[in-house]
This record gives sequence, structure tokens and C-alpha cells, in this order.
Amino acid sequence: MVDTQNRADRQGLSVRGLTVSIHGKPIIRGIDLDLVPGKITGLAGESGSGKSMTGLAMLGLLPDGSKTGGEILFDGRNLLECDEREYGKLRGARIAMVFQDPTASLHPMLTIGRQLTDHLRVHTGMSKRDAMAKALETLERVKVPDPATALKKYPHQFSGGQLQRVAIAVAIICEPEILIADEPTTALDVTVQAGVLRLLQQLCDELGIAVVLITHDLGVMSSLAERISVMRGGEIVEEGPRYEVLRRPQHTYTRSLVEALPNHEPFLEGAVESAESRPEVGS
Amino acid sequence: MTERSARRGIPPFVRYVGVRRRLTVLLMFGVTLVTFTLTNLVPADPVQAALGEQAAADPEIVAKFRAEQGLDQPLPVQYVTYLGNVLQGDLGTSTQTRQPVATELADAFPATIELAVAAIVFSAFIGVGLGLWAAMKHRKFTDQVIRVISLIGLSWPTFWLALVVYYIFFFVLGIFPGSGRLDPAVIPPPHITGLYTVDSLLAGQWGTFWDAVNHLVMPASVLALYTIGLLTRFARSAVLEVLDMDYVKAAKAKGLPPRTVTFGYVLRAALVPIITVLGLAFGSLLSGTVLVEKVYSWHGIGEYSFAAATRLDLPAIMGVGLVVGFVYIGLNFLVDLLYGAIDPRVRVS
Amino acid sequence: MTDILTQQTKRKRRISLPPAFRTPLAITGAALVLFWLLVMAFAPLIAPADPLAQAFERLQPPSAEHLFGTDQVGRDVLSRVIYGSRISLPLSIGLVLASMIVGGTLGAIAGYFGKAVDEIIMRLADLVFAFPTIILAMVITAALGPNLTNAVIAMLIVSWPAYARVTRSLVVSARQQEYVVAGRLLGAGAFTSLRRDVLPNVLSPVFVLAMLDVGTAILLLSGLSFLGLGAVPPTPDWGAMVAGGVEQFSSWWIAAFPGLAIFTVVMAFNFIGDSLRDSLDPHTQDAVQGRAM
Repeated sequence: MVDTQNRADRQGLSVRGLTVSIHGKPIIRGIDLDLVPGKITGLAGESGSGKSMTGLAMLGLLPDGSKTGGEILFDGRNLLECDEREYGKLRGARIAMVFQDPTASLHPMLTIGRQLTDHLRVHTGMSKRDAMAKALETLERVKVPDPATALKKYPHQFSGGQLQRVAIAVAIICEPEILIADEPTTALDVTVQAGVLRLLQQLCDELGIAVVLITHDLGVMSSLAERISVMRGGEIVEEGPRYEVLRRPQHTYTRSLVEALPNHEPFLEGAVESAESRPEVGS
Repeated sequence: MTERSARRGIPPFVRYVGVRRRLTVLLMFGVTLVTFTLTNLVPADPVQAALGEQAAADPEIVAKFRAEQGLDQPLPVQYVTYLGNVLQGDLGTSTQTRQPVATELADAFPATIELAVAAIVFSAFIGVGLGLWAAMKHRKFTDQVIRVISLIGLSWPTFWLALVVYYIFFFVLGIFPGSGRLDPAVIPPPHITGLYTVDSLLAGQWGTFWDAVNHLVMPASVLALYTIGLLTRFARSAVLEVLDMDYVKAAKAKGLPPRTVTFGYVLRAALVPIITVLGLAFGSLLSGTVLVEKVYSWHGIGEYSFAAATRLDLPAIMGVGLVVGFVYIGLNFLVDLLYGAIDPRVRVS
Repeated sequence: MTDILTQQTKRKRRISLPPAFRTPLAITGAALVLFWLLVMAFAPLIAPADPLAQAFERLQPPSAEHLFGTDQVGRDVLSRVIYGSRISLPLSIGLVLASMIVGGTLGAIAGYFGKAVDEIIMRLADLVFAFPTIILAMVITAALGPNLTNAVIAMLIVSWPAYARVTRSLVVSARQQEYVVAGRLLGAGAFTSLRRDVLPNVLSPVFVLAMLDVGTAILLLSGLSFLGLGAVPPTPDWGAMVAGGVEQFSSWWIAAFPGLAIFTVVMAFNFIGDSLRDSLDPHTQDAVQGRAM
């Protein structure tokens, strides 16, 4: 819990030469990635590119039979060398994750209030009352309507968009420094996606969190990410500032991803002004 | 909360219970009908079985018997009479012992319940515990061993196990007492529930309590073995399915300690299918009591139903069918209640 | 793990065991079943004596002459155990097949046609489920007359609902699959659709259930015989033999060996059934193929 640290002290996370193999099969073949406080970094790629595994690697949640190499540098140490106990202190408290489908990532039989506060109390030792108060405050921050009643409700009683906001609340309630958002809007209706993305941007600005946005949808990424890394087959094939990557993709793969977008004309070279005057291009 | 129930001010859980209760009553009627139909479809003639061959050859005696038992009335009338009697607690008179069936069943029932509950509690803890352990150690050595153990537990013929245990622990080693619920020299405790263990505790008779428990160990363990086998494998697969779920990964990602994840998240979600299995297991347990009670001279429903079946004692058979059917239904009801208590999603439907 | 594609092509050329079947568990099970099937087939050649012949000294403990001893009327227990396989095994396997066919058909019809047919069949199934198996089987057997045939009939009545239920739910979910709908749109009649599109996908889980059920059937059959409601002496049925051994308690071999026979056969089928179930369970399959992400 970082309530004693002020924004300026927040630190980022650096991945250097990360390799991951599962049962001998290489999934990630040496990648570098930088997460900067207050900025959103995009990690794009198709299914099977290894992007979700990168997120799990940061949390030490790779499946059984995984072997890792390289470094994940956070707070002056290599996370890959941490044991379970040390990870337990980091997860949720300093590095948090938002999953793709909130109807699956939240336990169907526990109230929202319980799911918001159980890890909070583990990490901070707060009393139930204080934790509930903080939970209320966090729900307000993510703009869930009628937060007081929401605390007593169960996940199935919420709509998809609202539930993802709840999931985000669960992730940020301990004020982590790093937030991993794995396909945060893919399971949501198009109409609510923009709202959730705006929320992520807001939280990133207000709380100074370093966010890594993992998604296959370049459209989503184009509206949020400062820098984009494109992953393919376990390697990063292209990396750069958002518009550089989208407008002047160096790699043919990136180019094909951009061309796959329904409204990609403004991006590709030759339409510089239109892109810059329309920063928010939703899905 | 569904719109309707919210408007009526009835909390969803209570409404859920109400629906369940209505269905239960319906099922109970169904059971009486079935018991009645079944026993009347029987080709073997109960008259002959009850009176013996010589008497059955005499038409006058037969006619008298049939009139006595109401067997000369048309079937629907018989059913209605039967139903009426049942509702008044009269389950007829046993053609064998000439005692009211209801009384005999009331005597036998607690014995079986004591046995069944002891067995199921014992096996629930061990079975679910082993299943959980095996699932957490999926594909490792522990898992394989537990799997084999549960399969072996499922393979033992209950009656044979009952004999083997009896032989080893009583005949040869003399650790546990032989048959019956109490030592012949011990007087049963004052009858409150009919369960010797509970009654003796309530009366403060420690000696009797201990004796009752001693007698309970062997038959309950025998019954438990099969159930443990059943529970272990179902608990294992239930937990395995839950372990795949995102909310388990998310719980770990929150930094929750392993014990909280295992019990608060994994086990809780797995409880729904596990409770289903517990219900099924109780059913197979009741089946097992027939065999175990015979071997251990445990005067319960199992023994009673066997005697009734072999002697074609119609009222007694119907009585047993009824009681057992009701127990099942009550059990289902209980299970449904438990579902509602654990899984909030269920309450909405 | 081996490449699934190569495996599939290999299978076309020669019969090879699917990966899940190579576990020690499955092999033990299969070996045991094979052993008992052989015993059953070659009983007259293997058995040292006529199982019905009361020719020997009574109540002899196991010895070189009589490996399993002799029973209370002087019959060789080993021979009786061997011949017992000719009763338990065929009857149980036959029972399971019959239940599978009857229950499966009824369940498929219920699931496919739905509505009234479904209601009737499922209510019947529920009613059977409302009673503990053995009590219902006991009553039916006693009513029909206690002999082996009636015991099997009783067991059939008691067993079909389980298959009906499983088949029905499988059919219900399969029926909504696109290829089935497409088949109907293309003009296939109800039964053709059922047979060609729906059933093949339903068969394997039902088959696994059946395999596991053989064990249960043997247990139930021998249980009924133990109670005196199945095989009648002098038939060498394992359950009845155990019952016979109850009176001669100190001659433990009379009850012990038949019981052991039951135990090993049931265990064998359980091992096989469990391994089959494991090989079909998608969760396990995914893990085996190293699917991550």
C-alpha cells in the first residue's frame, strides 16, 4: 500500500529480455518493455502472441511448468527472482490486474463489498468499517451508480460495463503503482467500451499509475496508449510512440494490423492533420 | 432481486423456499401413488405369501382375508382409502407381525438415521478434503494416489466389506463390539429422538453414550467407505473445474493468501456441485444400509425393508417405500435450500 | 506432448492406444478385465473340479489340493469362484448394454422431441430415482419371484433412468448445434437427424458412463444375491457364496474369495472407466496438449 508515497516517488516497471517457455515450448522469446508512471503503454498482438503471458509474468502467475529468463525490474529488484511470499505482498497492493471478462473474474457468490475489501484488509490490516468506507470511495471514483447499495450486491446483478468498473475498482483500491489491463473492453458492448477506456485514462492521470494496456484491438489502443509495442510470436516486432507506429508502421505485420482496422485511413501516412485533430477514435 | 418480488417486498430467498415447498408436496403425492401402484402391480399374490399355501387353498379364508385387507375394493377406492390413512398416520398393519407398520417404522427409523448421518458426516469431511487435496495437487503423485484410493473405495462390495471388517475388528482383534446398537447388558437411554447417541448425551449417561458410539464405528465406517470414494472423485472434478476459472486467477492476483483462495474462493464455488453429490451419496448410503444392517444386526429400515420384501408384506413394503421416498424428497428440499443459501444466482430463478 | 496431427494420421494406419490409455491405471484395469474374461471363457478347462460337485471333505482351509478351500457342503471353492465369473460378468455386461439401449433411446427421444414426450419420460425417471436403488430392486425381485432372471429385470428397471437423463441432456445441447439445425433445414427427417447428427456426439460420454456402470451392476447383482434375492443355491454366484460364508464365519475362505473376485472385477472396470473419463474431459485434454494463454 503506497499511501505514504507521493506521486513523484511512484516508479515504473521495466522488462528486459524476458523469456518464458511452458513445458519446453517457448512463448515469449526475449522482449523489452517499459512502464512509466502516469502513462499508458500499449501491448498489441493477436491471440497466441504471448501478450497476456507478459502480464501474468509480471505478477508471477504463469502456469505450472513455466520457465522464465531475463529480468522484470521493479523497485530495484528482479521480480522473477521473488518467491511466493514476496509476490503475495506485491500482488494487488503494488501491481494489480484487470481481466477481460468481469463476469468471470469476479466470484459469483461473494458480494462486491467483500471482493473489494478482502485483499485491502490483507494488505493494510484495516478494520472492516474503514475498508468498506474506502470501498465506497473507490466505487465513486470509478463512477459506479449508487455505490452504497452496490457494495451489498452480487456480480450477476450488474451490467457488463458497470461490472468492469467494479473490477477496476478492485484493482486500484490498494493504490497500486502498476496496473495490467488485459483486454479490458473486449468483452463489453461497443457502446460502453469508450466509457471504460476514458475511466482508465482518468485513473492513470489522477493516480499516476503506470498502465500496460494489453489488447488485440489497435483501435482501442489508438485512443489511450502513449507508446505501443507490437508483439508477434513471442517477440516485439515494433515499438514506438502511438502515432509513429500507427501512421508509419515499419514492420509489415504492424501495417497489416493497422490496415485491418475499419477506419484506418486517417492513420496511415498522408493524413497527418485529421489524425491529430481526432485523438479519440474508439473501437 | 427480480422486479416482482422486489415490489411485493418478499426477499428472493424466501420466495425461492416457497416455490420449493410447493413442488415438494406435489412430489410426495407422487410417491404415494407410485408406492401404491407398484405394490399392486405385483404378480405374486400377497394372500398366498401371508397365509401360507394351505390356508390360501381355502376360498373362505382367502375371501375373509381379502375383505379384511380391503383387497376386494376397486383399486382407485383402495388408493383413496390408503391416502386417507396415511394422512392420519396410519400405514396399515404388517401381515407378518400384525403390528402397526407406522410404529415399527418409527422404531426402525432412528437407528438408520443415526447410522446414515454418522457415515455421511464422516465421509463428507474426508471425501471433500481428499478431493480438494487431489485437485490442488493435480497430476502430481498425491493426485494419482488419491485417485486410486477413491476408485478402490468404490469397488468394495459393501456386504463383503461389512463382513471383512467384522471379522478382523471383532472376531479376530476384538476391538469393537459385534452386533446391534448397544451391548445386551446396557439399557437404552430414555427415548427422546430415538438416536441412542443423542439421547444418552441428553440424559448425561456417558457410559451408554460411549457404548453406542462403539457400536456405531464399524457399520458407519463400512458405509462411509463407498461414500468417500464417491465424494473424493466428484469433489476432485468439481474443484478442478473451479480452478480453471478466472476468478481464482484474479483472487491470486489480488495477493490473497493461499488459504483464503482455497477455501474462500475455490471451495465455496465448488460447494454447489459438491452438495449435489452429497445428496446423491446419501441416497446410495440408504441403499447400503440394507446390506450393512443385515450383517451387524442393526434394527433399522434396511433390515426391516428386507424382511418386508422377502415376505411380500404389502403394507410394510408400502410403508417403507413411502418413508424412504419422503426422506429423499426432504433431502432434495434441504439440498435446494443449501443451494439458495450458497449461490445468490440461484435465488433469482 | 506428441503432435496430435501425426497421431491422428497414425491411427488410420494401425490401432494405437490414445494417450490417456497408457497410464498404469488403465493398463492394470484392462489387464484385469482381460484376465477375468479369459477365466470366464475357459472355465471348464481351468477349474480343478465341478463347481456343483459336493465331492470333497467339508470346510477344508486353503491347501495345495484346494487352493481356496472347500465350503460347507464339500465343494471346491476355487472352481466355484471360477464358474461364478460366468454368471456375474455376462449378466452385468448384458444389463449395462440393455440399460444403455433402453435408457439411451428413451432419453434421446425425450431430448429430441421435447414437450409432452420429454415430460412423461423424465417424470418416470424421477419416480425411479425417488427410491434407493437396492430397496426398489429388492421389492421388484421379491414381487416377481426371487431368481436371477427377475433380479436382472429389476436391475434394468432401476438402471435405465440414469442413462436416459444423461442422454437427454446431451441430446438437448447437441440438438441446438448449428450443424443439426442445418441438417433439418436441408430436409432431413427427425429420426435421420437424430441418428446421423446428434447421436455420434452423444455416444462417447454415455459409453464412459456404461463402463463405470458395469462395476455398479456387478455390485448390485451380487448384493441382491447376497440377500437371497438373486441366484439360488447351488448356482455358484459370488454374492450367494458370500452369503453362504456368513454362517460359517470361522471358515473365512468361503466368503473371502468370492468377495475378492467381485472386488477385483469391479475395480478393473472402475479403473478403465475412470481413465476413459479422464481422456474425454476437455480440461485434462487441454492441459495435456500444453495449451496456455
